Amino acid sequence: MDLSFSDEQRLLRESAERFIAESYNAEHRRRTANDPLGFSAAIWKQFADLGWLALPIPESYGGVGGGAVEIGLLMEAFGRGLVSEPYLSTVVIGAALIEKCGSEQQKQAILPKIGDGSLFVVFAHSERAARFDLATVTTIASKTAEGWRLSGNKIAVIDGHVASQIIVSAHIHHHDGASGRLGLFMVPAITPSLAISDFPRLGGGRACNLELSDVHLPADALLGDGHDALPAIEWVVDRAMAALGSEAVGIMQTLLETTVEYTKIRHQFGRPLAANQVIRHRLADMAMQCDEARSMALRAALMLDAEPVERGRAASAAKAKIGKCARFVGEQSIQLHGGMGVTEELEIGAYFKRLVAFDTLFGGSAYHYRRHAALGRAAVPS
Amino acid sequence: MDLAFNAEERAFQQEVRDFIAQNLTPEVKRATALTPSVFSDPDIGMTWQRTLHEKGWGAPGWPVEYGGPSWTPAQRWIFETESARAGVPNVNVMGVKMVGPVIIGFGSPEQKNFYLPRILSGEDYWCQGYSEPGSGSDLASLKTRAVRDGDDYVINGSKIWTTHAHHANRMFALVRTNDTPRQQDGISFILIDMKTRGITIRPILTIGGDHEVNQVFFDDVRVPVSNRVGEEGKGWTYGKYLLEFERGAGIASAKLREGLRAVSELADSELTGRAIEDPDIAMRISEVEVDIDALEMTELRVLSALQTGQNPGAVSSLLKLRMSEIRQAVTRLGADVIGHDALAVEPMRPLYRLNHEPAIPEEMLTVVPEYLNGRAYTIFGGTSEVQRDIIAKMMLGI
Repeated sequence: MDLSFSDEQRLLRESAERFIAESYNAEHRRRTANDPLGFSAAIWKQFADLGWLALPIPESYGGVGGGAVEIGLLMEAFGRGLVSEPYLSTVVIGAALIEKCGSEQQKQAILPKIGDGSLFVVFAHSERAARFDLATVTTIASKTAEGWRLSGNKIAVIDGHVASQIIVSAHIHHHDGASGRLGLFMVPAITPSLAISDFPRLGGGRACNLELSDVHLPADALLGDGHDALPAIEWVVDRAMAALGSEAVGIMQTLLETTVEYTKIRHQFGRPLAANQVIRHRLADMAMQCDEARSMALRAALMLDAEPVERGRAASAAKAKIGKCARFVGEQSIQLHGGMGVTEELEIGAYFKRLVAFDTLFGGSAYHYRRHAALGRAAVPS
Repeated sequence: MDLAFNAEERAFQQEVRDFIAQNLTPEVKRATALTPSVFSDPDIGMTWQRTLHEKGWGAPGWPVEYGGPSWTPAQRWIFETESARAGVPNVNVMGVKMVGPVIIGFGSPEQKNFYLPRILSGEDYWCQGYSEPGSGSDLASLKTRAVRDGDDYVINGSKIWTTHAHHANRMFALVRTNDTPRQQDGISFILIDMKTRGITIRPILTIGGDHEVNQVFFDDVRVPVSNRVGEEGKGWTYGKYLLEFERGAGIASAKLREGLRAVSELADSELTGRAIEDPDIAMRISEVEVDIDALEMTELRVLSALQTGQNPGAVSSLLKLRMSEIRQAVTRLGADVIGHDALAVEPMRPLYRLNHEPAIPEEMLTVVPEYLNGRAYTIFGGTSEVQRDIIAKMMLGI
């Protein structure tokens, strides 16, 4: 048991913090927010050069073989800069699903390209009727003579507009009915009968909805060997939630520091806001919740390789707790900035919106406290 | 970075488990489970202190030259966690975790030689003389006066909320030795023999039904000047140092987790009509469990960063604040879980030596007293409001 960072980890954190501080500012963020791409292709190239895109990819596929703690360090720095590059969707989720489920041939073909920045792969899973339940999928994949036929609708596909390949989950049907298995299918973004409608995402970046109306795919579009993909989906979502938790910590820390500074310089009634105990205590609560969030994100990262129930409980615990802390820190940052906090002239609102998006992605606090409770009861044989 | 224990740590964990299994009697374990107050009574706590001392584990946080076991942070963690899990009693916290570190840090060689072995062996039982009737959160305004007379101080005044003053043979106290423009500069840290003439103790009963705290009166009490720790007028510095140990040097999450486990077991039992089937109760259990997870990780992060015997600093306020709030959440949940049985009052103490059949099952006896006593957690050791002031000042610079 040892919770100190290694020299390599410290170095990664320092270089990430430095890069973000130098490359991101309000002006840059305003520019990318109005850009149809939603991020900077030049910065994505720099991510590749720094080795960050290859970070979690195994060395055998041209990657660095880094772990969840390293991803967390990067994501926290990304949170501080409100980075909108498609790192979570392509590197944390896309590459991980390919590595977990793909055939050797698929891994060889795709992973090195994600690592060098030439390929974007995103995951389309959520559906309106499912809410946050990962097992509920109404999109159907039917076997055809040539391969597969997919029909269904996907929503909230993060960064779908930029992907050349989209991993789509679907229930595998046979001619005599449902197989009860979920499959993952590699769908090229430019495919007949696939409609992609993209929109700006709350807090930066873009997302899209997909409509698949009898999309025809070759037989090798199926990722891996057709085993039920639900365990892999749960696994990758737990990873994504841990990474997002670290990003939220970076956002919250920035909001806290900005708000502390503001309460020192803003004078009302002849003294700084921070001279009032009611303000100081609010800030103390914000600092405490930032620290709790930091602990939970690290804990989730360190438990990602545990067995599924323990891993799922740690990920849900982090998602639930950090979501609650994030809402508090975000809302209070606006409150303590007064009227200026609700304007677009300061960036408090932009950071807050990213926290709201964080709390919503993959399910909010209430959903994850319930999942935590349900997994806990399932783990105890009665 | 790794949360899992390595082979050596697992071996140590087994050693601790075996040691506790061999030495913790069922009677002491039951007595501990049936103690709703903050501290165990000395008849059970000090037996355990002697057992630990014989093994060389009497003061886990002390440097090795004073009898500490020179454990790694991970070993300290394992020891505290296994102790909580097994339900061992509290030892004399005021001795081992409070005055001990101050004597080690600031005491004279004579004081170290005399007091430290007696804390380790359990021969001395300490109480803490900080708060006064007029000085609670504003501790620096304290008025108990020590006036120099030859080789003695003559002490007059009163201390309050003195935990186990009725059991203790020694007290460490903050007293006013000088009237200085800055109140803090006139305070000294002094060690008092509780058998000295002029000391009287008045019991204070608290809302949970326990006699744990007292008011102590000093009427021309003569204490040798050699009983002062460090310099005259520096007591505030030493006292704050101690408070940081009191607030943050402990490992609270393991005990909180045991408390929640007991509540969850009650909720999952026929005794409560299986309260856990209520989705609201199940979700609240998860909320508290997650809060304990967060505190545990913060404790581990702090522990990993600190060397043995080092003072945790301002982060101790953060740990104390969360610990106290979570303790209250656990005990509040407990009172809700037992439902109608929360109505029954058992006035007799100790609960492990009742001479009649209680009105409710034994597993529930401590639930309401713990909830009521639990209200004190956000008050003692500096109220939550004082902790927030400290966090704002020390961690945020405002």
